[in-house]
Amino acid sequence: MGEEELKVLGAWGSPFSRRVEIALELKGVPFQYIEENVFDEKLKSPLLLKCNPVHRKVPVLLHDGKPVVESLIILEYIDETWKNNPILPPDPHRRAQARFWAHFIDHKCMPPVWTALLGSVEEREKAVEEVRECLKTLEGVLDGNRFFGGETIGLVDIAANFIAYWLRAIQEVSGLDFMNEDQLPLLTKWCEEFVSCNVVKEHLPPRDKLITFMKNWLSANGWSWTD
Amino acid sequence: MKQMEYLFLFLEQNCVIANNMGEEVKLYKTWSTPFGLRVVWALKLKGIDYESIDEDLSNKSDLLLHYNPVYKKVPVLVHNGNPISESTVILEYIDDTWKQNPILSQDPVERARQRFWAKFNEEKLLPTIWAIFTTEGKDLEEAMAAWVENLKFVEEELKGKKLFGGEKMGLADLVFGWLANLIGIFEEVSGLKIVDERYPLLLTWMQVFSELPVIKETWPPHDKMITKYRALYEKYHPAK
Repeated sequence: MGEEELKVLGAWGSPFSRRVEIALELKGVPFQYIEENVFDEKLKSPLLLKCNPVHRKVPVLLHDGKPVVESLIILEYIDETWKNNPILPPDPHRRAQARFWAHFIDHKCMPPVWTALLGSVEEREKAVEEVRECLKTLEGVLDGNRFFGGETIGLVDIAANFIAYWLRAIQEVSGLDFMNEDQLPLLTKWCEEFVSCNVVKEHLPPRDKLITFMKNWLSANGWSWTD
Repeated sequence: MKQMEYLFLFLEQNCVIANNMGEEVKLYKTWSTPFGLRVVWALKLKGIDYESIDEDLSNKSDLLLHYNPVYKKVPVLVHNGNPISESTVILEYIDDTWKQNPILSQDPVERARQRFWAKFNEEKLLPTIWAIFTTEGKDLEEAMAAWVENLKFVEEELKGKKLFGGEKMGLADLVFGWLANLIGIFEEVSGLKIVDERYPLLLTWMQVFSELPVIKETWPPHDKMITKYRALYEKYHPAK
């Protein structure tokens, strides 16, 4: 098998680019990682702008010069290209369920987290409640399984990396109570199992660095800790 | 022997032999939903026999709420009692389940490309068109500016292609499909020009797409759509 050129354009703190790293680790595929500055348009690399002209965002997977963008789309691409340690099950109905829940995480769970942090005080309460409802739903989806993918991690687990790690950091920094461990025992256990996985733990941002970053980011966005 | 041959020929020419004998397929939608129509097209493309159930969204059936407890929306596809929700998830399910007339190519790069444009349509075009339809003044100006930006990318993508899928219709075409019908309706109701001559490739695509055998004559009744969207437009733009 010839040497394939694989690059990942990512950002250390982005859950989306970390998803791609986890998937490649799971498949045992070596890649070259390139850190991008995602906060300053002027500092985005020409390569990033060439590979993702529409959104100008990370992650980008470059496989033999061909770019693939959008983290969930990249995960499916990885699964279709390297067949070992599948991320999606073979059964069409279970595949549909996995895609549904991955979509749910990105479109229903995440947006209210940002609203809770950036919105008005009135919007915040409603948003926190929305996140809690989503987490309660995910607790039900786990249904006693070790992972959303069953015995091993799959698409939904990787998509939920934000919940396992970033959300808990946001909770600590903001003081907002998104995830009540007593009310979500299965999800809490899942978080611990997930971050301990060999293929995951090397692909999480350093905790202190993330906490510091979040504190600065919240301050810059007008967050008040005296609420 | 000759009689049997004539019988088979008659059956072949006159009976729709569905590709899903013995399987129960139901589609919950509404008469006007563009999301449901995508699923109709996919099922038609694959020759899948199904039962269509039109919901009244102001009075949702218990079955719909049971099958889609998370979003409580249409469309929902129920295959042998198993429900699948979210139109793009349903389209991929249909392609995974019935292999004839594929919606996605086997090539992973091509699949990723089509999924990208399907996502772009959902996350960029749909919210922008809704903003154009429902807002006024400065908000409308901003929505139109965003729309123009987005369409530039679409126009670029269509260069050298008959359809988003290339020579044949694919996932991205099915997801973009609503444009070929609703743009005309929105323009008629609002008096705005939404897709103009700056976008010749998109305009051509809208025509080519509408003429495809699977798509032709599947649009909801025009007059009924105008009535519905006129009422909606007036709700967001009350006469002063």
